[in-house]
Amino acid sequence: MFDWFPKNISTYGGDIDAVFWLIFYIVGAGFILGEAVILYLVIRYRRKEGRRAAYIAGDKISELAWILVPAAIVLVLDLGIDFAGGEAWSKVKGETPASDIKVIVTGKQFNWNFTYPGPDGQFGTDDDLTLENELHVPVKKVVDLSLNSEDVLHSFFVPVMRLKQDCIPGRKIPAWFEATETGEYEIACAELCGYGHYTMRGFLFVHSEEDYAKWTQERWPPAAADSTQVGQL
Amino acid sequence: MSSAATAHATHEEKLSFWRKYIFSVDHKVIGKQYLFLGMFMALVGGLLAYLMRWELAWPESPVPGTGWIPEPTMFQGVVPPEFYNAIVTMHGTIMVFFVAMPILLGAFGNFLIPLMVGAPDMAFPRLNMMSFWTIFTASVVMIASFFVPGGAASAGWTGYPPLSANPVYTGVNWGITLWILGLALEFASFLMGGINFLTTTVSMRARGLKMMRLPLMVWMQITAAVIFMLSVGPLIAGAVLLLLDRTAGTSFYTVAQGGDPLLWQHLFWFFGHPEVYVILLPGLGAVLEVLPVFSRKPIFGYKAIVYSTIVAGVLSFIVWAHHMFVSGMNFKLVMPFSITTILISVPFTIILLAMMATLWKGAIRFTTPMLFAVGTLAMFIIGGLTGIFLGSATADIYLHDTYFVVAHFHYTLISAVFLGGFTAMYFWFPKMFGRMMNETWGKVHFWLTLVFFNLVFMPLFKAGLGGEMRRLYDPFQYDFLKPHQPLHKFATIAAILLFASQIPFLINFFWSLFKGKIADRNPWQANTLEWTAPSPPPHGNFEIAPSVYHGPYVYSAPNMNMKEDWQPQDQPLAS
Ligand code: HEM
Ligand SMILES: [Cu+2]
Ligand SMILES: [Cu+2]
Repeated sequence: MFDWFPKNISTYGGDIDAVFWLIFYIVGAGFILGEAVILYLVIRYRRKEGRRAAYIAGDKISELAWILVPAAIVLVLDLGIDFAGGEAWSKVKGETPASDIKVIVTGKQFNWNFTYPGPDGQFGTDDDLTLENELHVPVKKVVDLSLNSEDVLHSFFVPVMRLKQDCIPGRKIPAWFEATETGEYEIACAELCGYGHYTMRGFLFVHSEEDYAKWTQERWPPAAADSTQVGQL
Repeated sequence: MSSAATAHATHEEKLSFWRKYIFSVDHKVIGKQYLFLGMFMALVGGLLAYLMRWELAWPESPVPGTGWIPEPTMFQGVVPPEFYNAIVTMHGTIMVFFVAMPILLGAFGNFLIPLMVGAPDMAFPRLNMMSFWTIFTASVVMIASFFVPGGAASAGWTGYPPLSANPVYTGVNWGITLWILGLALEFASFLMGGINFLTTTVSMRARGLKMMRLPLMVWMQITAAVIFMLSVGPLIAGAVLLLLDRTAGTSFYTVAQGGDPLLWQHLFWFFGHPEVYVILLPGLGAVLEVLPVFSRKPIFGYKAIVYSTIVAGVLSFIVWAHHMFVSGMNFKLVMPFSITTILISVPFTIILLAMMATLWKGAIRFTTPMLFAVGTLAMFIIGGLTGIFLGSATADIYLHDTYFVVAHFHYTLISAVFLGGFTAMYFWFPKMFGRMMNETWGKVHFWLTLVFFNLVFMPLFKAGLGGEMRRLYDPFQYDFLKPHQPLHKFATIAAILLFASQIPFLINFFWSLFKGKIADRNPWQANTLEWTAPSPPPHGNFEIAPSVYHGPYVYSAPNMNMKEDWQPQDQPLAS
């Protein structure tokens, strides 16, 4: 409805936004109702000559019903929000779908390093390619990320993907996304990580499939002659 | 009449200046000491907020009025990035631990609990004095940390390791060590305070004052004290480990040697979330006292409020991981925490609705305390409702660590701490100092505060939805955040006006302290016991130990006339 979010270009971003809007409408109604009632009460029941306050202690169940019924409604809405959110949550943070593109993301003060397995498809070999602050991915492919950190906590945040995940030294935390549109976008760090935190900015390049193939050919070192096929058709 | 009273009177005259005002064991003097300490620290925290706000609106431009601060803290008035992180950290730390707790618990808890339960003093007056001097020392340590080499702590008020564990990451060494020490002293202080609050309430109540006849403020204070005491242990343990990591070469939080940074997050938030309720409850307690008095109605649903408070307190212990949804903890653990978090809205709904129902069919008099009470209620709703977004793990993926969070917790904390604190201040000022505050200036203060408070923080919700991260020295390094600069300029100007709006309060406060109209015992015609003591109450509080005959909120009962529509707790119900 309102144009509040950065545009969404991930397959699951819409699910997250939908949960936001669901809460927004519920909470918005509660907000308007709550404030309106307060406003009404303070205007309607200002002290006036000759009118005395009612004596209602609210200890009887019949009186308390005014409170318990709304509270029960709140409880039901709460559980609704939890249910609606649960599915989207396991989609985003649960098992990573099958994918061909694997990238290791390493946060370190104050850069994002992106490591590609190189032509042999294996991490930890000589042909790995590490880029600073540049993540290149093809559109409409599941990108399988493994996040970690070399020093302190960082948080890998791609606003247009609705993806946020902390990076912790010593852990490999999985994350994934699938982009729906090509383009160039910003990657941020969302966890205070030192004086350069605000400069820890990376770029996400979402290429069309052909461009991505071209990019891998250009940037990935030519496969050592004897190794497996270069990762393209 | 009673010999105890004369004994107290003569006793008081014999006290030296030092015994009477500085090293006093009188809970009322100690309460005032906490109040002045909290007000001073609010000034410090507010100045830090000014530096931050300026930096966010006009990054890397000199902050007016700060050219005198020497390098390397500032460069001719320009905040460097390292110092920005220190400011954020110290602002959060000071506001939560050195403003909110001293004012809401230290000042009002100390001042009110013995008076409200009809006791002559706290159960352990000397311990009470020690608790104040401990937090005083803690404050000195905190402020001193700005002046040590490397500057003050800069790892955020949550102090996440590894950033906080090793100086190589921040360049701050002594600052963080002092930060840990300062916090440890602060915790020790409030542990002593909590013991006093609890013991006094449990064992020193006036004859006839059953637990279910306690004023709600007392309930809120002791629930807060219990929550604090039960939650702080793990954090103290965690802080000791952090201190050892920093100074003794251990590696509880260092991965390379088998430690785990997430351990700290669990320990911190097991304390950190309940801590929010520790300052929230007394703020709401003040509102709950004020509403019945100025609508001349019993509080609606006394027992429902008490039980809801306790339920909220219990729930607060099983929600901590909602601060860790994207921290990398097991993703299956997340949903249970999401559910408990959102469930807390139920007891708070009950409390807020009970407040509204108390207004219903009342005869509402808009004194300054009442304006602030209703304002607290109206603003707290915004804080509470926006918490639902963050409690939903799914929405939190996007919102976590953005300005949406900053806006949310300021709505919650400022309504409880500032608006709730002012509610208490204007309401109990006559009892504390024996004089009335000026109503007109109070109202001016209220409206300015309410308006500018919203103008500061409402825009920040939008900044957060636009994806702006918190704790950024210069957000506009990011292209997608450049469009937010007008929002930040707006919020900064509003914040400066919000600070300026506190001038009427300060003038009113100090002027009334010396020149205000003399207050009689019960200027608001309220029922609770503190209003039956003289204003201000002498050492020992009551001339004769009061007896209590009924609950605290008997207003406008059918048998009363309009003029005398209240029934103090120490007088039997007229039939
Ligand atoms: C009334 C004026 C206030 C203003 C203008 C203000 C402003 C700010 C700003 C600009 C930030 C930093 C945001 C960032 O860079 O991420 C901040 C953080 C914070 N504020 Fe306030 N604040 C005010 C009052 C309060 C009060 C009354 C409290 C608590 C009782 C409070 C608690 C905090 C906390 C806990 C943080 C987080 C610190 C951190 O991230 O380490 N503030 N505030
Ligand atoms: Cu970072
Ligand atoms: Cu960072």
